[in-house]
Amino acid sequence: MLPVPYRVVARTVETDDSATLRLEPIGARVPHPNAGQFCMLYARGIGEVAISISDAWNGTLVHTIRDVGAVSRALSGAPPGAVLGVRGPFGTDWGLDSAVGHDVVIVAGGLGLAPLRPVVLGALHRRAEYRRVTLVAGARSPGEFLFRAQLAEWAARADIDVELTVDRPGAGWDGPVGFVTEPLGRLDVEPSTTIAFVCGPEPMMRFSANVLLDKGLAPDRIRLSLERNMQCGIGVCGHCQLGPLLVCRDGPVVDYVTAEPLLSAREL
Amino acid sequence: MSSAVLDRAGLDQLVELLIADGYRVIGPTVRDGAIVLAELDSGAQLPAGWGVDVAPGRYRLRRRSDAAVFAHSAGPQSWKQFLHPPRRRLFTDDGAGFEPVEDDPGRYAFLGVRGCDLAAIATLGTVLQGTDGFARRRDGLFVVAASCLEPGGVCFCASMGTGPAPGPGYDLSLTERIDDDGHRFLVDVGSEAGAALLDRLAHHPATTAEQDEARGAVAAAAGRMGRQMPVGDLRALLRDNRESPHWDAVAERCLTCGNCTMVCPTCFCTTVEDVTDLTGEHAERAERWASCFELAFSYLHGGSVRVSGASRYRQWMTHKLSTWHDQFGGSGCVGCGRCIAWCPVGIDITAEAAALAAGHD
Amino acid sequence: MTDDLARFSLLRGLSAAQRAKVWSTAQEVSIAAHHRVFDEGQDARRCWLIRSGQVALDTTVPGRGLVVVQTLGAGDVLGWSWLVPPRRWHFGAVTLDPVQAVEIDTVRLSALADADPALGYRLALGLFEAVLARLQNTRARLLDLYGSPRER
Repeated sequence: MLPVPYRVVARTVETDDSATLRLEPIGARVPHPNAGQFCMLYARGIGEVAISISDAWNGTLVHTIRDVGAVSRALSGAPPGAVLGVRGPFGTDWGLDSAVGHDVVIVAGGLGLAPLRPVVLGALHRRAEYRRVTLVAGARSPGEFLFRAQLAEWAARADIDVELTVDRPGAGWDGPVGFVTEPLGRLDVEPSTTIAFVCGPEPMMRFSANVLLDKGLAPDRIRLSLERNMQCGIGVCGHCQLGPLLVCRDGPVVDYVTAEPLLSAREL
Repeated sequence: MSSAVLDRAGLDQLVELLIADGYRVIGPTVRDGAIVLAELDSGAQLPAGWGVDVAPGRYRLRRRSDAAVFAHSAGPQSWKQFLHPPRRRLFTDDGAGFEPVEDDPGRYAFLGVRGCDLAAIATLGTVLQGTDGFARRRDGLFVVAASCLEPGGVCFCASMGTGPAPGPGYDLSLTERIDDDGHRFLVDVGSEAGAALLDRLAHHPATTAEQDEARGAVAAAAGRMGRQMPVGDLRALLRDNRESPHWDAVAERCLTCGNCTMVCPTCFCTTVEDVTDLTGEHAERAERWASCFELAFSYLHGGSVRVSGASRYRQWMTHKLSTWHDQFGGSGCVGCGRCIAWCPVGIDITAEAAALAAGHD
Repeated sequence: MTDDLARFSLLRGLSAAQRAKVWSTAQEVSIAAHHRVFDEGQDARRCWLIRSGQVALDTTVPGRGLVVVQTLGAGDVLGWSWLVPPRRWHFGAVTLDPVQAVEIDTVRLSALADADPALGYRLALGLFEAVLARLQNTRARLLDLYGSPRER
């Protein structure tokens, strides 16, 4: 499968080590991605990594990338005008459509907010179709939130509840201090009408799922986005296996019924 | 299905015709102290009179008292190296866009494919369907299968349901007979292409007696397997033993060398490599065989998910016998026994399965 | 006193009679925003079941000033230090916005618990549950899950 060339048309610095790239096709375009899917982004000659979609419209792709290795460093630092390769989109999506008529609870930890942004945007775009919409987002410190301007916009809206919390306060932060499971635990939730979308480091997703289960949510109402080493994106290289799942094909979005036994096994 | 009989010269003629038809004939031959799969120029290169002694961690050639050519069990290689090559370039980019690399190895004719390996080719086909490289190589294939009459010391195809008689998927299938009546091959036809080739060879129809004798010999071979898997649902056995202390016991012996994955005819994992030349103007991507035993195989966020040897052995064995079903709808193991022979410490997948089954109760 | 207080683990599992005893030590309070509820080091003689609003636990760090350690909100118990010696507050507490709470006189509550061990046991278990959750969340923060692999 050949990468499709896309040009970086805008780069926004999010934090010290992450940036959001807006990509536009140079010629052919990949199929429109659904919220929760990912693309393989290629930095010429360096390599390819799996990055979730953090927004998309009319052929434009938006990806938020954190510098954690050689390839992601090249991608997150790519300036406007740079050409990247795109393959995809791959994987299962968040299934936001199936949450129509429900309360939507979105739980984001750190970079997990990026794959969840399309869920927020999708719910706000068709706001009347959903009942209560709540975003609970945690970051290590105030300056490490993604999309800070957009978070402020959402927090100012009356039709979405935004609960932000930091592990470590910083100067000027007068908001809540605590792990993301703390405001999550304080939410008033109607378990039979709620669908939860959770994304972040694996332990954070496990802890958050436990809080939601304690509140009475059935595990099939909790959706996580899993992550493993991805190379081909199409289920033939074997790297992304998590027990019986090929995360690139059977994920990354899975419900907690499927995920729980896999995440609780060591070194699976 | 009516059979024909080819004599030994007829087999050489078969090879000649395939070469004349433009096929690259791949078959067993003796090299470097083993029976390997290589391109043959003629039937004379077949391993006539060679057999093998195979045991966990042990493989030796031995001279036979006859001139049989297929009387040996699986060697260190499998047919996967031709259908799913160890290294394959995917595309190049010289600055003007991504150019796919269309490798064209020509058309292969495989000579002497055992039941286990035939099943393995089908299994690989299920995994790699939709990838153009494998499909292109397999589409042009001509397969001459061979029944196994002398199962090896580590063979267990019978308990995996893949042999010793080859299943469907061949153009021609040979059952070798060598005795006082001479050296000959019962031929079963599996396709129109196979029938067409047989027509061009000197052969005579097999009598009922000849057919019965041959089939009887193959059936008897099923009872002489060197190993067998424990009876029962292997898929459930592995799935239910994720936390078994047995994995730590295997880990004390397993070197995580990955030999098993290299010789296994169904292991398909690859790693993608992106490189440039020194100037950076030329970039290319290739895929190469990878092994789940590699420490970096499961690399994620600065470290690997599966670090301990126990977790990596568990991954390999569980995938092969259990989660392969979830991912691809069947077992990944064909019972060829290569992993047992080429394990430097002689770990035996059938014994490990039996140990899990015993502990399970 | 209403029974929607079942959400507070401190009171869960109490019989009606036991709950009545607890009520006898409690009163509903409204605390204005930015009000310092207690200071680190002071005697701990009360606790609060937060109905609504947010309270920050803080401590002074020279060079950093007042640092918030944790924020509590609806459903949380504010104040545990009263239960065990030296019965002094380990952190300070200040309201971030107007807070509605049930304020409990823990000196009287402790006396009741001493006299009624069954009640005391239930209260201790309820408090323990809250401490466990708080510890789990604190440990999660210590894991530094959002940190980059480059930092390790």
